[in-house]
Amino acid sequence: MSVRHALLAFLSEGPKYGLQLRQEFETTTGEVWPLNVGQVYTTLQRLERDALIESEDGDKEDGPQKAFHITEAGRKELGDWLSTPPDLTSPPRDELVIKVLSALRVPGVSVHDVIQVHRRYLVELMQQWTRLKEDEADFDVAFALVADAELFRLDSVVRWLDTADARLKRAKLESQPAKASPVIRRRLVARR
Amino acid sequence: MSYLQLCEVSKTYGIGAAEVQAIRDVNLVVERGSLVAVMGPSGSGKSTLLTIAGSLEEPTSGDVVIDGHVLSSLSRNDKARLRRRTVGYVFQDFNLLPGLTALENVSLPMELDGVAAKRAQRTGTAALEELGLADRARHYPDELSGGERQRVAIARAVVGERSLLLADEPSGALDSANGEAVMRLILSACHRGVAAVVVTHDAQLASWADRVVFIRDGRIIDQTVPPPTPEELLEDLPDPTPGR
Repeated sequence: MSVRHALLAFLSEGPKYGLQLRQEFETTTGEVWPLNVGQVYTTLQRLERDALIESEDGDKEDGPQKAFHITEAGRKELGDWLSTPPDLTSPPRDELVIKVLSALRVPGVSVHDVIQVHRRYLVELMQQWTRLKEDEADFDVAFALVADAELFRLDSVVRWLDTADARLKRAKLESQPAKASPVIRRRLVARR
Repeated sequence: MSYLQLCEVSKTYGIGAAEVQAIRDVNLVVERGSLVAVMGPSGSGKSTLLTIAGSLEEPTSGDVVIDGHVLSSLSRNDKARLRRRTVGYVFQDFNLLPGLTALENVSLPMELDGVAAKRAQRTGTAALEELGLADRARHYPDELSGGERQRVAIARAVVGERSLLLADEPSGALDSANGEAVMRLILSACHRGVAAVVVTHDAQLASWADRVVFIRDGRIIDQTVPPPTPEELLEDLPDPTPGR
């Protein structure tokens, strides 16, 4: 989560004080990501240093009485950030992937049991998010958006586990360790 | 209080070399007012479990108990009556009768059960109103959107005194927003005391349930642990009293 760019987005609406920015950040993220005052002022100092914002009161000390406004350079930075895709091209070093791959090699361990332990944990987490959404979504759209994002993220992991479960069952890989083919290994190395 | 109970239920199709055991030794208890999701991949036996729970199929062995009635001890007629009055089904492809309006689809099962036509229509209209479909009551299924058709199917499943709702992939091919709306409707039926079982491969749908039961190769292999209640959470907090 880019606190820096979220603060620029709030300042694009007009000049604001630090405490006000903190409150808006927490409200906008459905109060799921708390932000302390120190983080707000450190981020504001860096934004000012980079000439992306300016303080309304010149050299006055940082504090609740000091308001900030966004500069033209800040607006450009914000526009560029909004339209730049986040980096989603990480190599497959996910801890869960490594646990499942490792389970294939441990004698006496059923990879399907390992998969189920994680599947159940993820579904329990999803139940908690869904309960919160059930109670809050009608009143708090920001929270519903955050909950949806988390549910889709967890759901994608469950789907991967389901696919891995089915693939391993089909391939009867439990008795033989999986080895990536040289071609695949080269591709993975190239992506790092 | 348990409303639906499956005790050591197994179902085998075919004989000899062609024998397939669809579900094995399944035990499941669903309380009044609770929503249980049965989650598993295609071919895991979850749909068989549902049809047996709703007495659409006989188990090869084991017992099904609905509202205290052991189905195997009921006559065919008594079983059919219990099914009509008590059990509502929601299918993936809605299964609405195309030649009947939304209201007729909802009220027909009550009329078949001997309820007077006018009363069945009144009850059906109220059920449609509750699901926000009052203005669609006179429309035929092909004049409704996918989400509206599924809401009609849910209205049909919970209308009257039905207290057991069985749903097979109830969000079907609906998008996730409509899928959520379907689960909210099923959950609100549960809040009115209906016991519900939803079978699905979809974790997002399953996450609406009070309890998720995992089925693989016809066996129940695991289930979620219910989240702690607020009272339990408070008990787990450290004692803030100094020196204690």
